[in-house]
Amino acid sequence: MNILTILIPISLILGGLGLLFFVFTVRSNQYDDPEGDARRILSDQYDDKPKK
Amino acid sequence: MTATMRPNISACPACSAAPAAEALAEQAAQKDARIALSVPGVHCAACINAIEEALAAHPGVESARVNLTLKRATVEAVPDVTPEDLVGVLERIGYEAHELDAGTLSATETDKAGRELLMRLAVAGFASMNVMLLSVSVWSGAADATRDMFHWISAAIALPTIAFSGQPFFRNAWAALKHGRLNMDVPITLAIVLALATSLWETSLSGKHAYFDAALALTFFLLAGRYLDHRTRAIARSAAEELAALEVPRAIRVEAGEERQVAVSELAVGDMILVRPGGRMPVDGEIVEGRSEIDRSLLTGETIPVYGGPGQAVSAGEVNLTGPLTIRATAVGEDTSLHRMADLVAIAESGRSRYTSLADSAAKLYAPGVHILSALAFVGWYLYTFDMRTALNIAAAVLIITCPCALGLAVPAVTTAASGRLFRRGMLIKHSTALERLAQVDTVVFDKTGTLTAGTPEVMNLDQVTSRDIGIALALAQGSSHPLSVSLTAAARAAGFEPAEVEDITEVPGYGTRGRWQGREVRLGRAAWVEAPRLARTAAWLRVGDETLQAFEFTDRLRDGAEAAIAALKDAGKDVYLMSGDTTPAVEEMARRLGIPHWLAEALPADKAARVQAMTDEGRHVLMVGDGLNDTAALAAAHVSISPASALDAARVASDIVLLGGDLSPIADAVQTAGSAIRRIRENFRIATLYNVIAVPLAVAGFATPLIAALAMSASSITVSLNALRLR
Repeated sequence: MNILTILIPISLILGGLGLLFFVFTVRSNQYDDPEGDARRILSDQYDDKPKK
Repeated sequence: MTATMRPNISACPACSAAPAAEALAEQAAQKDARIALSVPGVHCAACINAIEEALAAHPGVESARVNLTLKRATVEAVPDVTPEDLVGVLERIGYEAHELDAGTLSATETDKAGRELLMRLAVAGFASMNVMLLSVSVWSGAADATRDMFHWISAAIALPTIAFSGQPFFRNAWAALKHGRLNMDVPITLAIVLALATSLWETSLSGKHAYFDAALALTFFLLAGRYLDHRTRAIARSAAEELAALEVPRAIRVEAGEERQVAVSELAVGDMILVRPGGRMPVDGEIVEGRSEIDRSLLTGETIPVYGGPGQAVSAGEVNLTGPLTIRATAVGEDTSLHRMADLVAIAESGRSRYTSLADSAAKLYAPGVHILSALAFVGWYLYTFDMRTALNIAAAVLIITCPCALGLAVPAVTTAASGRLFRRGMLIKHSTALERLAQVDTVVFDKTGTLTAGTPEVMNLDQVTSRDIGIALALAQGSSHPLSVSLTAAARAAGFEPAEVEDITEVPGYGTRGRWQGREVRLGRAAWVEAPRLARTAAWLRVGDETLQAFEFTDRLRDGAEAAIAALKDAGKDVYLMSGDTTPAVEEMARRLGIPHWLAEALPADKAARVQAMTDEGRHVLMVGDGLNDTAALAAAHVSISPASALDAARVASDIVLLGGDLSPIADAVQTAGSAIRRIRENFRIATLYNVIAVPLAVAGFATPLIAALAMSASSITVSLNALRLR
């Protein structure tokens, strides 16, 4: 059962990282236009960085 | 334009001593730099490209970005670029566009409340997944010290998470209790808190069952419901608010012979105001100088412009058509007839708030029921075993099992799907219960001018006029901005006619245009001016010398989809009415053309409202579709109301649903979608009840384990969400 002392912290840390990345995406306005972002992939205009 | 209008920073040294003025100019420049446009027609990747390219190609535009979710384009540009230019650019490439007020926009742009909910949702999701992982180990057989450790770790995750994520429920529940009421949030809060408390107690006694995962899953599902609800409403609300600020409130004040552009709010009684052709009267007033024709259709529903000259009273909201007018303000701001009308609406509105939404009526039944059931379970088990721990555990299990996960999702999941579908068709649901009320509609009342018709006239009898007359009329009409002239020009050009050679063309504002053709005087204008008989229909007369009198008859052009919408509504078994302030022949003709059986002409605003009220008293549920100020009282009195985006502010404010595009056909679709949305909501309630009927006896009997609670809760929430998705 000693393996638990490693596995539980790992699962918590990985989950926490996921949460942090999600917070980052929210803070950087990545959910402002989900529909448009999904369609922009079809655009032939090169759009290499998100505009504000 | 005078120099004061351009916010340029002055180069003269004296001005640099006036930092306040400079700061003011800078502020104005910054405010102008960002332009937002509502573009209801955008729907695909190709539209995004076309719009962004067209806007970026316009001189002065630095960048343009389309937001497809909100159907909106944001443009960064130098201060010289006006929103009107950009609307023109978009119209040339075939997209309808409206200017949005940048001030209101920045207020709603960063949706703080939505973001906060999303954060709480994410934290709850993260915590519930981790705790679920630990719980699965417990359910699959972890025992003794391992189980206790898992429970303690779960507690360490759950407590701070609930403290953060559960706040919206705690706040609402507290607010309700403080006023001595019960709402859905009270049982939710009680269940979460009781579950945490008994679980902590159990864990400290090395007990077998802990409900940490249930408390977290509950918070997560309920927050998901709240977030969906918020998102649907926030999009509609922000768009509606920005639309409300659509008519950018500026007016030209004449001060000692100099024209100055000022905000309408700065105008005072007695001010001289210049209204250019095409402009809207900002205040009530009296014409001092100038002659013109005035379009009063938004206020009265009349299609034919009325003559305006010195001494005549005008009301805010009327549109000046042909010549520049100077008016003296007699009432400003809140005192204008436009605002008094809005007050009428506020009174009628209060009647509508009596409608209780399905969710509220469910909560009213549900909240006391759950509390009584749980309290009974607690008392019963305590009397049976005299064991506080068992009794409390069972009471907590009952609260958790009955907790309204599915109920909390039942309504928002469906309304989100339905509003999303209607938004894609160009409809904005402003009011939260609008869909439910729309589903009950059995009678539809349409306004004529501006609603069924586009408000632009169309020539009827071009094929009955000789080509010589058309040529002369075209020459006279092409220089004028009167709507009849514009329409005549467009129709004659489209039919391939060339203008005749007419000299000395002059426009007489309020009357018509005259000129000289082959040495004879020719006139095109209103009947009295060319000495012609009056017709029942809207008409412009052409007089050539003394011989020919030729009438050009006009009719109002129907909006796209008007025929389809009415046919579909009639097919769906709704009673369709036409009510207009316009003359009897015009209304009768329109009713016949569209196949509307019942019509009412020459109706005053109060008549319309009274008629709608009478129908309501008969037990009908009326949907009112209207755009003008004369419709606002009726819009507010109706069970549910729709107005087009081109409608006056007051009308849009009074209505529950705003039609963004020019097409009317989504109306029939909306009624149908609302009907199926309500069916789904009722189904969802039944699913949630069914699950309670099965799970509650188990909980009361003391057989419920955290595993059963988790399974039942997830299963019902997912079924309800999937059922809602069927609407798409």
